Amino acid sequence: MTFHPEMRYEEGLHVSRRERRDEGEPFAFTPENRQRLEAIASHYPPEHRRSAVIPALYLVQDQQGYVTASAIRHVASVIGCTEAEVDDVVTYYAMFFRKPVGRYVIQVCRTLSCALRGAERVAAELKRALGVEVGQTDPTGTFTLMEMECLGACDRAPVVMVNNELWHECQSPDQVGAMLDGLREKGPAALTGCHLEVEKKRGPAGP
Amino acid sequence: MDPVLTSHIREPNGHTLEAYLRRGGYSGLRKALSLPPGEVIEMVKASGLRGRGGAGFPTGMKWQFVPKDSPKPKYLCCNADESEPGTFKDHVLMERNPHLLLEGCAIGCHAIGAKVAYIYIRGEFYHVQRVLEAAIEEARAAGFLGRDILGSGFDCEIYVHRGAGAYEAGEESALLESLEGKRAQPRIRPPFPAVVGLYGCPTAINNVETLCNVPLILTHGPEWFASLGPEKNGGPKLYCISGHVEKPGVYEASMHVTLRELIYGYAGGIRGGRALKAVITGGSSTPVILPGQIDAQASFDGLLKAGSMLGSAAIIVMDDTTCMVWLAENLLHFYRHESCGKCTPCREGTDWLLKILHRIEAGDGSMRDIDLLLSVSRNIGGKTLCPFGDAAIAPVVSTIQHFRHEYEAHVREGRCTCPAEWREMGNRGPGARA
Ligand SMILES: Cc1cc2nc3c(=O)[nH]c(=O)nc-3n(C[C@H](O)[C@H](O)[C@H](O)COP(=O)(O)O)c2cc1C
Ligand code: SF4
Ligand code: FES
Repeated sequence: MTFHPEMRYEEGLHVSRRERRDEGEPFAFTPENRQRLEAIASHYPPEHRRSAVIPALYLVQDQQGYVTASAIRHVASVIGCTEAEVDDVVTYYAMFFRKPVGRYVIQVCRTLSCALRGAERVAAELKRALGVEVGQTDPTGTFTLMEMECLGACDRAPVVMVNNELWHECQSPDQVGAMLDGLREKGPAALTGCHLEVEKKRGPAGP
Repeated sequence: MDPVLTSHIREPNGHTLEAYLRRGGYSGLRKALSLPPGEVIEMVKASGLRGRGGAGFPTGMKWQFVPKDSPKPKYLCCNADESEPGTFKDHVLMERNPHLLLEGCAIGCHAIGAKVAYIYIRGEFYHVQRVLEAAIEEARAAGFLGRDILGSGFDCEIYVHRGAGAYEAGEESALLESLEGKRAQPRIRPPFPAVVGLYGCPTAINNVETLCNVPLILTHGPEWFASLGPEKNGGPKLYCISGHVEKPGVYEASMHVTLRELIYGYAGGIRGGRALKAVITGGSSTPVILPGQIDAQASFDGLLKAGSMLGSAAIIVMDDTTCMVWLAENLLHFYRHESCGKCTPCREGTDWLLKILHRIEAGDGSMRDIDLLLSVSRNIGGKTLCPFGDAAIAPVVSTIQHFRHEYEAHVREGRCTCPAEWREMGNRGPGARA
C-alpha cells in the first residue's frame, strides 16, 4: 500500500545533518580542566572511561564556548576512544554547540505547557528584538537565540534557559526587552533563577 | 492526605542534612541495613510501590529480577532525566529534598547488592546537580554514604551524571547507553537491564519519585504505604499540573484523588474562569481526554479505565481557546526533534506527521491528509523498537478521534480556526504570575 501523495523531502530536513566540522584553534584542556575531568572520570570503572565523554565535552564548552574538531580529537585522546565516538556524542545531544555562540545563549522552551502560555510570542519577540532567526547570533556577538524542548519547569512557563545552566522563569512576552537589557547590564544576575532561588529572593509565595 | 514527600519543601534550608535529620531522615536506611537484602525487597513488594517513571511497574519485582548470584558488580541507576513534556516533580524533589533521594538510592543499593548508584540527571538541571552533589558530600561526611555505612559493613557511593539534552535518554536502556558515553539510543531487549545493564552488569533503573518513596516504606511500614491509596495504587503521588490553570505547580495527593479535584481544587481551576476543553493526563505521550472524563480517579488503574494513562502524572490542561491541530503540531515538533533515529517507522514517521500537521495548521491541507495522518500513525504504532513510537502518535490519533471536526474546519476554511486573540494573550492571562 502506498500512502503518500506527492510530498517532497525538503531541504534542511532529510539531508544529512553532518556538517564539515570547524577545525578551530589547536585545543588542549587547561591543567585545571584536565584535573576536573580526571576527578569526574574516577566515578566510573577505569575500563569505562568513555562514560566521561559528556562531562569532557562540557569542559570543552566551558573553556572555549563551543566544540571544534581539534577539541574532539583532544577529548578522544584524553578519554582513550576514537574521534568518531566523540563526534557521535557531540552531534546527538542538543546542548553541545558546534558553531561559535554569543556570550549569552538564550534557549527558549517551546513545548506544549510553555506554548500554552505564550512561548511562541516570547520567541517571536526575541527574534524581533535581536534581529536574528533561531540558531543565529546577533551582530554584536552578545546573544545567540535557540529553541529547546521542555525544560522540566512547566509550572513556571514560559521558561528560558541561558548558557545551558541559568534559568529564567515566567518570561512574559512583553518583558523580553527588559530581560535582554538586564543581561546586557547586570549579566546573569538579571535572571530569576529556578524555583528555589526565586523563593529565596521573594519568600515562599505559593508553588 | 497530608503531604509526606513534599511536607517540608517550603521550609527555608529544608534541603540540608541538618533539617533532614530533624525530620527523622536516614532512619529508613538504618532500618534497611539491619535487615537482610531479601527482606527489604519483600517489604517494598508488600507495599505495592509502583514505578513513578511512567509504566507503573512494581518496584519490588524489578529489584527481585536482579540476579543475586552474579559475580559481576551490580548497579542502581536513578532516572532523573525528567524530560516528558509537562513533568517537573522530580525536579522539585531533588531540589528541595535531596537527602530523601540519596537515602532511597542507598536502600536500593543494599537491596539489590550494588555498591554504586548513578543518578542520571538531565543536562538542563545544572543547578539541581549542584544541590545533589552538595547533599552527597554532606551525607558522606556524616557516614550515610561511603565505606562501612553506620558500622554495618555496607559500602555505597552515589555519583551524579549529567546528560546533555535528549528526551530519549529517559528510556531506560537509552539511559544506560548515554551513561556509557554513547548516543542515547535504546537497546534491543531481551536481555533486560536487570540482567545485562550498565557495562554489561545487572542493573536496576528507577525513577526519582519511586526511590524517594522507599525510605517511607522502611520507616512507616508497607501497610501504612499501601493504605494511603486505592488498592494496588498505594502511597503518596506527586501531580504536575500545567497549562491553562490558575495555579500551576506540583501537588501531592493520594491516588484516590480525581482529575476534577486536581484541576479545580488544587490548581485553582481554569484560568480566567474559562471552560475546559481537553486534558493530557500523564505527559505528552498519553492520549488527550475530554472534560466528560475528568471524574476519573487519577491513579494508574483509574486513568487506564478512562482511556488514558497516569504516565508521569503530568497533567496539561487546555481551555476552550486551544486549537487541537496546533496542539498536535506542537507535540509532533517535539517528537520529531527527539526521535533518536534508530528505527525507521519512528524516525521517518514523525517527520511525515509533522509535515502533514504543519500543512493542515497553515491551511494548506486536504481532507485526505486527515486519513493520511491516521495511516502514517498506524505504520508507527507497535512497529518501533521502543515505546517512543506509540507515544509520538498518541496526540495525533487522540485529537483526530475527539476533534476531527477541527481538522476538517482547518481544511475547509484554509486557516487555523481558533480564536485569534488567544496566542496573542501569551502569559498575560489571569493565571500569570511573575
Ligand atoms: C521515550 C521514553 C522516555 C522516558 N523518559 C523517562 C524520564 O524522563 N524519566 C523517568 O523516570 N522515566 C522515563 N521513562 C521510563 C523509563 O524507561 C523507565 O520505565 C523508568 O525509569 C523506570 O522507573 P520506575 O520503575 O521507577 O518507573 C521513559 C520511557 C520512554 C519509553
Ligand atoms: S521508536 Fe524512535 S526513539 Fe525509540 S528507538 Fe525507534 S527511533 Fe529511537
Ligand atoms: S513545556 Fe516548557 S518547561 Fe515544560
